[in-house]
Amino acid sequence: MEAYISLFIKAVFIENLALAFFLGMCTFLAVSKKISTAMGLGVAVMVVQTITVPANNVIYHTLLKEDALAWMGITGVDLSFLALLSCIGMIAALVQILEMILDKFFPALYSALGIFLPLITVNCAILGGSLFMIERDYNLGESVTYGIGSGFGWALAITVIAGVREKLKYSDIPAGLQGLGITFITAGLMSLGFMAFSGIQL
Amino acid sequence: MSARDFLDSIEPHFTKGGRLEKYYGLYEMVDTFIYTPADVTRGTTHVRDGNDLKRTMTFVVIATFFCILMAMYNTGYQANLAMEAMGLEKADNWRSIPMMIFGYSPYNPLSNLIHGALYFLPIYIVTLAVGGVWEVLFATVRGHEVNEGFLVSSMLYALILPPDMPWWQVGLGISFGIVIGKEVFGGTGKNFLNPALTGRAFLFFAYPASISGDAVWVAVDGYTAATPLGLAATGGMEAIQAANYGWFQTFFGFMPGSMGETSTFAILLGAAFLLYTRVASYRIVGGVLIGMVLSSLLFNIIGSETNPMFAMPWYWHLTLGGFAFGMVYMATDPVTAAVTDTGRWIFGVLIGVMVVLIRVVNPAFPEGMMLAILFANMFAPIIDYFVVQANIKRRMKRHA
Repeated sequence: MEAYISLFIKAVFIENLALAFFLGMCTFLAVSKKISTAMGLGVAVMVVQTITVPANNVIYHTLLKEDALAWMGITGVDLSFLALLSCIGMIAALVQILEMILDKFFPALYSALGIFLPLITVNCAILGGSLFMIERDYNLGESVTYGIGSGFGWALAITVIAGVREKLKYSDIPAGLQGLGITFITAGLMSLGFMAFSGIQL
Repeated sequence: MSARDFLDSIEPHFTKGGRLEKYYGLYEMVDTFIYTPADVTRGTTHVRDGNDLKRTMTFVVIATFFCILMAMYNTGYQANLAMEAMGLEKADNWRSIPMMIFGYSPYNPLSNLIHGALYFLPIYIVTLAVGGVWEVLFATVRGHEVNEGFLVSSMLYALILPPDMPWWQVGLGISFGIVIGKEVFGGTGKNFLNPALTGRAFLFFAYPASISGDAVWVAVDGYTAATPLGLAATGGMEAIQAANYGWFQTFFGFMPGSMGETSTFAILLGAAFLLYTRVASYRIVGGVLIGMVLSSLLFNIIGSETNPMFAMPWYWHLTLGGFAFGMVYMATDPVTAAVTDTGRWIFGVLIGVMVVLIRVVNPAFPEGMMLAILFANMFAPIIDYFVVQANIKRRMKRHA
């Protein structure tokens, strides 16, 4: 249990996907103008991450890994070069399903997320989470924890930057920096604050 | 001719249509630094109080008076002690010329004070000069005013640096703090991170050799002395006791460390002034204190075999490192803190918890106050947002 808690904390704070690895930047910068929308997207990423990381884990361990096909009686086959492809396919399929569910049951959130919901498919944070899972050889329990944790960390980061950006609406930013420019600087300064966690060993 | 008459006589050059119209910000700065402006707000706003930005900021600068005094005294005292321990007859830099008059005895208060001042004042002057250039440049180009917020940032920034910091790094740090931390957002009141801390954090990560470790806290070359907090990070309370630090000694600030933040006593004098004049929010200060006490008690109860910091009691957390200074002068910055009353408590507690967390759990940094405050600064807007939302929800329920 303790190992899972420390993995969760590590995924949320120490190895925050947005502010430590700078993954998923396009949506992180583009959909962080309003806190409510940002939280909606954060929740969507968290949900997708929680489903895709374990799902990819199962696929990887039963089909792709070296000698994973032993249960079918096939040995000596290593399909792990297909991992990247299968991860992307899995993510795309799941996002489609999530999109249909949101359209049906949460139309307000669906229209607020707009184009960025299908874009979760190509969100590097999602793919990054699955690839980290493969690289670090997580088992199923760890990958569930990592999926929730890294998704929550990303959601936290985008909510915080949305809060800061709502505050910055009242700032007097030089013309050349308005919009994305100042958001880049803000994200950089925020990751300076997240440096507080770097170096913690769990 | 008085200064007032002189300023009045040159004013037409700076107002609209004048020859030096572009430099109005510069004129305005000198004018309002010396005199209280007689201008009043036009339009329909109501004045509730004579308090304004100028007075708020000036009060903070006044409140740092004892810290400055202790910064100079303790820096000189530590340097003189180190020179006595090393058997040095005189300083091996330019300071030996003015110090010929005073000598280097750590038992001579005047010698301590002057020797420390020769370290503190150059750093402060560099800060003012470099930061001032940026301020005036932005004010001139962007057409806003240079205000007293800059005096506060530069004073606090100089106080949280170690005495031996190279001057070019001092200048670089304040440049980052003023430009990236504040001016790109439009100046005082529009930033979201504390500019002084942003500058220091920049130096901390860019030049760790001159702002962390054992060699920088006493202003004598080649003399290494860890701060008590640095000792505790490796050896726990035993290491502090082995180095003969008493609690009252650290409370009054006679230990190596960043110049202005060693003396909790001097800081608390400033705190009393700031709280009495209501410039600092008692909610934030209280929140930081409560968060720190609770989380350190929690760590005391949990305990640890391998990490001696778990056992550090809260009253040591209070006096060591930058905790007290950050609590009184940095966390209470009205621009970067939360603005709702409940939000201020949460904001304070977040800082208190984070600082103990970093000090105890993170082996990479012995001190956590700077990063804890920057971290909480980031969260301040979102804390306010949730407090406001909760309030709206509660009122909706009441009036439903």
